[in-house]
Amino acid sequence: MTSLNVLVAVCLCYVVLLFGVAFAADRLASVGRSTWLRSPLVYTLSLSIYCTAWTFYGAVGYAARSGLEFVTIYLGPTLVMIGWWWGLRKLVRVGRSQRVTSIADLISSRYGKSNTLAVCVTILAVIGVTPYIALQLQSITLSFSIFAETDPSGSYVEGSSAFWVAAGLAVFAILFGTRNLDANERHHGVVTAVAIEAVVKLIALLAVGVFVVWGIAGGVFDTLQRIDASEIGIWQVDHGRWATITFLAAAAFVCLPRMFQVMVVENDDERHLRTAAWAFPLYLMLMSLFVVPIAVVGLEILPRGSNPDLFVLTVPLAQGQEMLAMLSFLGGFSSATSMVIVAAMALSTMVSNHIVMPIWLNAKGGGASVSGDVRSVVLYARRISIAAVLALGYFYYRLSGGGAALASIGLIAFAGIAQILPALVGGLFWRGATRTGALVGLTVGFVLWLFTLLLPGMGAGVLAPSVIEEGLWGLSWLRPQALFGIEGLDPMVHSVMWSLSLNTAAFCIASLLSFPSPLERLQGAQFVNVFDHSAGPRGWSGSVAQSEDLMIMSQRIMGAREAQEFFQAEAKAQGSRAHFPEPTPAFLERLERELSGSVGAATAHAMIGQIVGGSSVSVEDLLAVADESAQLMEYSSQLEAKSAELSRTAHKLRDANEKLTQISLQKDAFLSQISHELRTPMTSIRAFSEILRDTDGLAVAEKTRYAAIIHDEAMRLTRLLNDLLDLSVLENGQVSLNVTEGMLVDVIDRASSTALTGTANPLKLRRNRAAERIAIRTDLDRLTQVFINLIANAQKYCEAHEPTLSISVHDVGGQVVVDLVDNGKGIPLHSQKMVFEKFARVSAEKAGGAGLGLAICREIMQRLGGNVTYLPGQEGGAFRVSLPLGLEIAAQ
Amino acid sequence: MSDRREPGKDQVQPPPVFLERQSYRRRRLMDAARLLPLLGAALFAVPLLWPTGGENPIRMSAAITYVFSVWAVLILVSVGFGVAARRGQPSDPQDPERDA
Repeated sequence: MTSLNVLVAVCLCYVVLLFGVAFAADRLASVGRSTWLRSPLVYTLSLSIYCTAWTFYGAVGYAARSGLEFVTIYLGPTLVMIGWWWGLRKLVRVGRSQRVTSIADLISSRYGKSNTLAVCVTILAVIGVTPYIALQLQSITLSFSIFAETDPSGSYVEGSSAFWVAAGLAVFAILFGTRNLDANERHHGVVTAVAIEAVVKLIALLAVGVFVVWGIAGGVFDTLQRIDASEIGIWQVDHGRWATITFLAAAAFVCLPRMFQVMVVENDDERHLRTAAWAFPLYLMLMSLFVVPIAVVGLEILPRGSNPDLFVLTVPLAQGQEMLAMLSFLGGFSSATSMVIVAAMALSTMVSNHIVMPIWLNAKGGGASVSGDVRSVVLYARRISIAAVLALGYFYYRLSGGGAALASIGLIAFAGIAQILPALVGGLFWRGATRTGALVGLTVGFVLWLFTLLLPGMGAGVLAPSVIEEGLWGLSWLRPQALFGIEGLDPMVHSVMWSLSLNTAAFCIASLLSFPSPLERLQGAQFVNVFDHSAGPRGWSGSVAQSEDLMIMSQRIMGAREAQEFFQAEAKAQGSRAHFPEPTPAFLERLERELSGSVGAATAHAMIGQIVGGSSVSVEDLLAVADESAQLMEYSSQLEAKSAELSRTAHKLRDANEKLTQISLQKDAFLSQISHELRTPMTSIRAFSEILRDTDGLAVAEKTRYAAIIHDEAMRLTRLLNDLLDLSVLENGQVSLNVTEGMLVDVIDRASSTALTGTANPLKLRRNRAAERIAIRTDLDRLTQVFINLIANAQKYCEAHEPTLSISVHDVGGQVVVDLVDNGKGIPLHSQKMVFEKFARVSAEKAGGAGLGLAICREIMQRLGGNVTYLPGQEGGAFRVSLPLGLEIAAQ
Repeated sequence: MSDRREPGKDQVQPPPVFLERQSYRRRRLMDAARLLPLLGAALFAVPLLWPTGGENPIRMSAAITYVFSVWAVLILVSVGFGVAARRGQPSDPQDPERDA
């Protein structure tokens, strides 16, 4: 007989072997020689943590009780794996591209990185998985007790073995599950150990099966006959349960935290799924191949009343095959330990990332800018979480008493975990799924599952019998196992039907009615269309982000060396020689993914958000984008205005240019004119002075005449030069005005008499002397000069038969306005602009002066604060002289 | 959103209406792979149609044989798809873009 001590020794050896394998695998991976560790085979074998001790031992018991129904537990996952093209491929791709650390992280990440959702999923997972861990502890203790019964020493204490097993598993999970902080990294040690355990449990079950079929029953044919002859020899199955459990197993296969851990988080290469698609169903088939034979033979050869859950152990023991029993024990031990380790790891990641870290960061108050090493905090949180999860499992086991109630917990846990399915599938395939929808759906499903399955399943102590019989608050339609009056269903089918269908309905309706935040919509697009754009839209706008702050924060989470390496690699990728990369949106996004591998998407997002200042995409950002386009439009309208202004200026410039050209032409004309003007008197002066010099005997009268001519011509020259000088002085503003007071009428009198004396045919002046009696204060001489010029012009150019000049005086808006209008032809339109320019002459044939008169007039009037303009639209030539009223009142 | 493609890749052009024979075969293979789980579910649901109880009950050995045969066939077909897909092309034909 195998003594308990031998068994314990074997167990310890096996555990040491596992530790060694895990350690060696981690070492191999760290030196980069881990190609076979990353093979599809290891991936497939690691998936086998689906087969727990509950399936290893329990499947035979299940078969002994209800025939072939146990197989549904394996059929669901088989269909999921064979249909990997539908959903698993997308799930794995999303998990890898988003650096997801757990199922809670995935759900939270999909629905706008909401931590509330992550907390909900975590709580659900803890409630669902803790009894499951208790179940594993129970199976190990039970199998110990089988050997203890045969042990003569009888020193076995049931409770302590469960405790030591739990403690050992916690140590293993902490040692190999929390070596590195990045939960998204592969845990090669754990995965390799799990793969070896998968092989052990498969070999153990196959060995027992082969022994039973060929060793006891005597061949395949005989075995089949025995099966037909046994209690379960007739096909009999509850239709509802068959379909429901198949579906439930399929759902749990995807949603269980430990399955998610090995399938998505630990996945190294998407293509491994292709191999696992057939290899894992094969594994499941082999695991269930001998279940019915073992059950039938166990029922046959063992005494009535023995626990069918332990046939895998007791049948070999009853046949004296102790080594086989030992192997079988190791198989069950493997199933339990691998499940517990991975489940504890997955749960601890969820608990530490979504519950402990947010609370700790909040309690610290400073958020991302806390001092100290966040890394150790995260690691400790994870380690403590592992210990806490296992402690919870242990206490659950102790409190439940390890009875039959615990055995039924497997399927109940499946149903609880399956509540995540609508949010998960909806999140992967429906962009309209929202955070609110997921929250409402999860809550509805969770509450219904609690009420219809978990509480009634935990025995009479938890839920009063009256509630089960008569319904909540005495309402018969609220009976937990006959909700809304639907009776007669299997409790499992009933609960799954109601909880999942109402969960899905609530999820869909709330999603349809609510409106997602921008971040949710971005994440939704990235998840649903993961194959279209794995790169994803850019989120962060890092203009204000300080690379140094980011570095300080990253060092605390990733570790100093890793963070520096990451930042330097990024800086290099950006082509800069500096230590810090520019905080571009792409860099920030990569950093967030990197951090989310350690602390989860929601926390990483919040931490970067604190440093960068504001969430990546907010409504404000979208508004800013809208503002930008509005600014663009405004800018373009400004440009338009400017271009209109420019074209106006160009027009003016063209005008000015035209004018300049004309002036230049005039100047040329004037130069020839003035040289002519100068030459004519000079010629006569020279000629007459030569006569005076060379001719002898000139009469005195002749001499006087010639000298008079010379004098006149010299005077004419002087006048011309005076005019030019005058104009230049006026234009340069060097003129000094001699301001005096006088009457306008006197000025005009003086001017007209000066202008019209000595002319043969003087023009007639039409005046209103009364109106002209206005006192003015100005330079009277200069003003007289202006009037002389204007009147002389009229005299010179008016071609009328009886030339007349009307002089009218008005008072317009505080200005004295004097209009001088003759009855001649006036000035042609094209010349009107030019008459006030220097050297301008209206017609060349009437070239009396130098063409400076009007120019001087205008200069004078502008000096006096008034103006002289041409008045178009009169019957003849018309000029308007306007000057400020000055001291009119004072003069009166 | 769906037309967001990286520039400089050949996906920029609209996909051709007709595929060459090889890629056509590959796509139909993928369709078949997608249909396989549905077929499996239907086959695993067949036992629900069997009579239970009565005079002429189905024997358990027959049920076991049926379930495990279907299981084995599904696995074999799945292996076939895996081999065919791997031989068809080194990289996934449905992958529009490998992620960076």
